[in-house]
Amino acid sequence: MSLSRVLRSAFLVPLVVTAQTPQPLKSGIEFQSADVRALQADAFGNPGMLWVERGAALWNAPRGERNISCASCHGDATASMKGVAARYPAFLASLGRVANVEQRINACVVDNQKAVALPYESPELLALTAFRQSRGQPIAARADGAAAALLEEGARIYHRRQGQLNLACTSCHDASWGRTLLNEKVSQGHPADWPAYRFEWQALGSLERRLRACYFGVRAELPPYGSPDLLALQVYLAQRAAGLVSDPPGVRR
Amino acid sequence: MLLGRIQVPPSVRRGEAFEVRILVEHPMETGFRRDMNGQSIPVYIVNKLSCRYAGYEVFSAELGTGMSANPYMAFFAVAESSGEVAVEWSDDRGATGRVTAMLNVT
Repeated sequence: MSLSRVLRSAFLVPLVVTAQTPQPLKSGIEFQSADVRALQADAFGNPGMLWVERGAALWNAPRGERNISCASCHGDATASMKGVAARYPAFLASLGRVANVEQRINACVVDNQKAVALPYESPELLALTAFRQSRGQPIAARADGAAAALLEEGARIYHRRQGQLNLACTSCHDASWGRTLLNEKVSQGHPADWPAYRFEWQALGSLERRLRACYFGVRAELPPYGSPDLLALQVYLAQRAAGLVSDPPGVRR
Repeated sequence: MLLGRIQVPPSVRRGEAFEVRILVEHPMETGFRRDMNGQSIPVYIVNKLSCRYAGYEVFSAELGTGMSANPYMAFFAVAESSGEVAVEWSDDRGATGRVTAMLNVT
């Protein structure tokens, strides 16, 4: 064996990292400072409520070829949409595929309203996802049907090292949560409270935007919005955070 | 159409101080940033905001580029009679917004 090969094998890092899933589960808000926690809990001051308000208006606004609103079929969102978003991503037999909240809304926009799909991170789509009446609901996504395969794929991505920093999600969010990274506490990486208003963005952003920010953080190639990788990751994250209370819109630094 | 929100207590006692809270949706672009292509992003801010109550201006502010996006403001006032609290603002591109709340003085 040549010297170079010995050296290479000595420094070879495992491609898959294993670490314990965090116990007890803590939502990302618990790692924020007191003022950020107060702002998220403040139903008026929480800047994400601007999107919720816009979502309430969009809910009743007719759109598309059929000129129907969300309310035309779903009625009063406070009743019909209560806790619905906490069950996503989910396998939808009617669509024959797994969808997250954004994709579910767009399926309805395209198939039922006969309108053009709302682009990712557009004010309209963010408003409708924020206005989803799932405040204080526990995350309860079921990984059945096609979601079971995605769950496995998501777990694989979660434990896979990637990017120039060669880190897996689990390296920080399972192995080092609660410790300080720069001037931030590392969270457990749960999808609770998303979409959230992030001060860094000065705007509300989706969970996919946050996941892409993590990809950027480890200097990995960013998966596009709506990519299978991000969906699989969301399926896994929802299972990992099962039972955790979600209180969107969240507020994060 | 940019949104605004206003909050006053459901009812206030005559002559007693109460809090008015205002949240305005706006990007508040400073004009100092550049986009991904190196082009400078033009300044875009709310520059004037005022609050009127019973025909009188009770609060006004001139905002600059140092304000964060979606500015939040709160101030205290004293009321003698019930009426409408109206907040109006305008940005540097001429767009205006207005929100109102009914104040119930007992």
